[in-house]
Parts: sequence; structure tokens; C-alpha cells
Amino acid sequence: MALLKMKFSQQRRVRLAQGLWLLSWLAVMCGAFIFCLGVYLKIELLRRDEVMENTEIHVVPNLLMMVGLASIGANWVASRVCQDSLDASRFPRWRVLLLGWYAVAVLLCCLLLAVVVLSYALQGRLEESLKVGLRNGIRFYKDTDVPGRCFQKETIDRLQMEFRCCGNNNFKDWFEVQWVSNRYLDFTSQEVKDRIRSNVDGRYLLDGVPFSCCNPASPRPCLQNQLTDSRAHYNYEYQSEELNLYSRGCRQALTDYYMGLMNSTGPGVLSVILIQLSVLLSMRYLQTAVEGAMALESPEGESEGYILEKDVKATYADVKAKALDLLKFAQVDPASEAAGPEEGEKADEATEKAATPPPAS
Amino acid sequence: MVVMKMKFPFQKRVKLAQGLWLLSWCATVAGATTFTLGCLLKTELRRRAEVMANTDIHIVPNTLMIVGLASLGINYFASKICQDALDAGRFPRWKNFLKPYFAVSCFFTVLMLLAIIMSYAMKGSLESSLKAGLRNGIRFYKDTDTPGRCFQKQNIDRLQMEFQCCGNNDFRDWFEVQWISNRYLDFSSTEVKNRIKSNVDGRYLVDGVPFSCCNPSSPRPCIQYRLTNNSAHYNYDYQTEELNIYLRGCREALVNYYMGLMNTIGAGVLSIFLLQGSVLVSLRFLQTAMEAVAGKENTEIETEGYLLEKGVKETVMEYLDPVLTFLLLKNKVEEGTAGETTTAPA
Repeated sequence: MALLKMKFSQQRRVRLAQGLWLLSWLAVMCGAFIFCLGVYLKIELLRRDEVMENTEIHVVPNLLMMVGLASIGANWVASRVCQDSLDASRFPRWRVLLLGWYAVAVLLCCLLLAVVVLSYALQGRLEESLKVGLRNGIRFYKDTDVPGRCFQKETIDRLQMEFRCCGNNNFKDWFEVQWVSNRYLDFTSQEVKDRIRSNVDGRYLLDGVPFSCCNPASPRPCLQNQLTDSRAHYNYEYQSEELNLYSRGCRQALTDYYMGLMNSTGPGVLSVILIQLSVLLSMRYLQTAVEGAMALESPEGESEGYILEKDVKATYADVKAKALDLLKFAQVDPASEAAGPEEGEKADEATEKAATPPPAS
Repeated sequence: MVVMKMKFPFQKRVKLAQGLWLLSWCATVAGATTFTLGCLLKTELRRRAEVMANTDIHIVPNTLMIVGLASLGINYFASKICQDALDAGRFPRWKNFLKPYFAVSCFFTVLMLLAIIMSYAMKGSLESSLKAGLRNGIRFYKDTDTPGRCFQKQNIDRLQMEFQCCGNNDFRDWFEVQWISNRYLDFSSTEVKNRIKSNVDGRYLVDGVPFSCCNPSSPRPCIQYRLTNNSAHYNYDYQTEELNIYLRGCREALVNYYMGLMNTIGAGVLSIFLLQGSVLVSLRFLQTAMEAVAGKENTEIETEGYLLEKGVKETVMEYLDPVLTFLLLKNKVEEGTAGETTTAPA
């Protein structure tokens, strides 16, 4: 017995075709929207390319762009099909294509669902990528004279100012790295010599941060140097000072930003999945109803539409049998000349079996 | 003598009415655009309201918004009139409406042109407003504990970072002002005492700038303090250093920004002005052409349309007469009473 059978009079078929035409154009717009969403996300990720170490997260916008383009094409085809559906002479040429179309539509829905899942699942990978990228950025901050790294300083400064963050985990990351280039250090000065001697690698480390860490919301002019020394500045307490610098780390800030971006696209993608599914189901109903009507003596009469001709189990068994038959054909053909009439009879029986169930598509 | 007379056969009248209908709907959209542009400009000016001393410049976006709203009404009526124009039964009811309608429409169209001219003419006023506003902002930078001024520091910092500028004319404005609050100065220190004694007003002046003046494009970490002292920093020359801090003044940066915005908006409003003018001219031609048809049996005759029945001067006098008579009437009454008093004793 058929799955979800519904009766369709001529009027209803016409209405279904018109409604589906509108719905498929809506789905084309949704496809365009998904494509634009993918492009936007890609651009946002590319803007901060220099502080990301790998491009694994780019699979999300890439998938969105591919699915967007594919769904524009698929839904355009759907609109053509339902334009031809009420014309008995033009509809049959779409028959063969429709099975493939269903497969494509289901694949698109699955891919969109995968995108939503991936955008949550890849958060860890994004954080890792940012951690390494930012660590490199902070390490090469001083190398403004090295080709290939000369823009790291400007990139990190603008990043810290725009996202209101400082360092990788927090501002203390700047204490562990020499961020003042040797070109600007007076090696004859006692202070410089002391600092360089005080650590194994001979680096000039200070308890200070670049100006881009400064918080404009602070009531006092920014304190950048000698941060850990409470006596170095008047009325200053290192442990309790909160507003002087940005307290958030840039990795946290960037992760929050990108997760927020991908989460806000979640509901949009889910509603596009729903629209695509409804186009799929309506197309199936339209196809079965029109084919039923074409088989009737009076084409204007009532026909039945269904999703699957038999119920799920029987359809699955049919499909399985068909697939096995196809495999058998592939195996039997080279051997059939040698096998003789017996195999030929078996093959005939198999073709009869395959032919008797009415075509499910 | 008539201004700009043109012959209108029936077909031409029909085409004129149809074209005008389309044109008036375009002009309605254009009017909405003008209103939106006015709102945009107003929003942008209000974002930086804290560094402007007066709001004289706001007359430009206010005018644009008023003109935008008025032109929505004007073009709506224009489309209604030209819908009724070809119908001899419905057109006469607009008769009394049209004279004041044209007067009002011309007024608002001229106002649109005035708004464009003002946006160029008020550059000087904007500059002086910004000069005073920024001077106050820099002066009150340190007063983060004074109610009413506590956000000046944050505003000036964010302004300098966003517009990539420093100070009013340039960074030296910070040398003349005490921008470090007394709460953070150690008055027992010799350095502080020296600086305070070194000037008449007892202010703590430094040759340094806030961190928001720092230029991220500089290859070296930012030098904020002791800018004029070459020996204070290694490998540093005050005269030739260009990339360390922003060299542009914030007044110049903001004026350039707003003039650029107003130039773009002015170009758009100019084309909308031309569109609106053409709508009014076409409507006038349609009205005069249709009025000549009124009362005739054959409505498909050729008529003449014109812009003004009399010459320009006479038409202007015709419109101004009611206004003048209203004023003159007062004078006439006064003359009359004066005459009575003089004749009474005689």
C-alpha cells in the first residue's frame, strides 16, 4: 500500500503545479542566499587569514557556496518541470531526469545539515589554528624589516584595536616575547644589557605591552611599561587594575566572533533545508499524480499521488532486488555465451521478476 | 507675451500624460531617497556631536528631510492630476487646486537647490564648530571624574583611532594642554614639581601625546613621550620621523570626511532636483493644454500649452500681489484713520 496517498482532482493538480512553481522560485532565491552567505563567511575568514595557521575552517563557507550554486540549478530545473507537468506531451521527457533530481535534492539537504553540524564541530580546530597563528604573529611582531613578515606588526596592532583584545590568551603573552626590535635598542645602555643577560636566550624581555592593547575606556592615560611594578606608577595597583588594558585574549575574541557569525546563519540554513524538503515532496506528489492522470482514460479525472508506491520496507526490498539484478547482469553477460540456455532461462526469469513490479519512479 | 508656447495634438497630450504619470512615480521614489539621504547625513553628524560646538550645519540634513517629505506629497498629487487630466469630466475639479499647488511645489523645489548650495557654503561654519569642539575635547581629556565630561577621553581616543588623526591642527596641540589628571601625578616627585613650576598656570605639561595618536603602520614600537628630545630614544630624529604618530589634525580629517559625504549626497540631490523640475514643467504643459480643451465638444483638437501666460515679471507680481495687498491693506486703513483725524478738526 502506498505511502502517504492523497487524491488529486484536476483542479488540485493545477494548483499543486502552480504552487510548486512559486515554491521552486522561492527555493532558487534561497539558494542564492546560501551562496551569498558562503561568500560573506569566506571573505570574513580571509580578512584574518594572517592570524590563522591552517584553512580547515574554510570547508564551511566552501560547502555553503557549492550547495548554493547547486540548489539554484536544481530548483530552476524543478520550476521547468512543473511548467511542463500539466502538458501531457512535454512531461514524459522529464521522467528519467526526475529520479536523479530527487537524489540531488536529498544530497543538498544532507550537505546543508552537515554544514550546520560542522560549524559547531570545527570550533576546536579553529581555536587551534588561531592559537598557532597568533603565537607566530606575536613572535614576529618586531620583524618589520624581514620580507614576508613586515606587516605582522600592523596586522596585530589593528587586530588588537578592532577586537579590543591583547595577546594570545591574555596580555602576559607579551612579557614572554621580545617585541621591540634590536634596531631600536641601545646596546651601550646598562638597562638593556641587564635585561639581555637576565635570560638564557639573550632576548630583551620587558613587562610591557604595545600601545594597541590600551583600553580607551580607562580613566587614566594608558600605562604600557613596567606593568608588574606597582611602585613604578603613582596610584597604581597591578593586581586590581582592570580598565587600563584589554583583559580579553585575541584568540577568545576571534573565536567568539566567528562562532557568533556561524551561529547566526544557523536558523537561515535550517529554514532553507525545510523549503528544499517541501519542494522535494511536492515534486514527488506532482509527478505521481500527473503520471496517474496520464494513465487514466479521461486525463481530467481524479488521480492518486503518493510518496512511495509501496511502503518503506517493500520499496527497500525492491530497490535491493533491482541492484542485485544489475550486478547479476554484469556478472552473467561475459559468461552467458559459455553457460548456454539454462543461464539464459534464469536470466529471463530475473528480467520478468524485475519487470513485473510497476516502476516506482 | 506667453512663455514657451508649444502645440499639443491629441496624441501628444496622451503621451505627455502617460509619460508624466511614470515620471511622477519615479520622482516619488526620488523624494523618498532624498529623505533617506537627509536622515543618513543627520545620523552621521550626530555621531560626532560631542566634538562640534554648535549645530548650525544640521540645517542641511533638516532641509533635505523636509524637502523629501514634501516631494512625496507633491509627486503623489502630480500622478493623481495626470491620471484625471485626459478625462474631461474629472479634470475641472482640480482647477482651484492647481495655482497654490504650483506655488508650493516651486518653493520646495527651489529649497532643494538651496540645500545643495548650503552644503558647500557652510564648510567654514563646520570648520569653526569642529575647531571649538575639539579644543574643548582636548582640554577636558583629563576630566574623567567630572560629571558631564567623563566620556571626553574615550570620545577623543576613539575619534583619533578611527579617523587616524592627532590633536586639533596637529599633534603639538597636546603639548599645550595638561592631559594627565592630577590624580595620577606624584606631587612629591621632583620631575613633576619642576614641570609645574616651569609655566605660569602651574599645569603639568609634557611633550607627549596619548596612545590613540600612535600609528600602527610604524615599523618601531610607538614613541609617545619626550617626542621633541632626540637623545631620549635610540635611533630617533624628531624632525624626520613621519610614521610614528599620526601627523594629520582631527579637524582637517573630520572636515574632509563630512565634505566628501555632502558632495556625494549633493550630486544625488542635484539629479533629483532636475527630475522634480521636469515633473513640474510637464505638469504645467499638460494643465494648460487640457484647459484649452475644456468646454469644447471635440476633445481631440490640437491645443497650445505654455509655461506662463504672461511674462515672468508679471507672473511674479501676480503671485506677490495678494501678499502685498495684505500688508498694504493695513497701510490703507492707517492712512484712512489719519485722514479722518486731520479732517475732523478742519
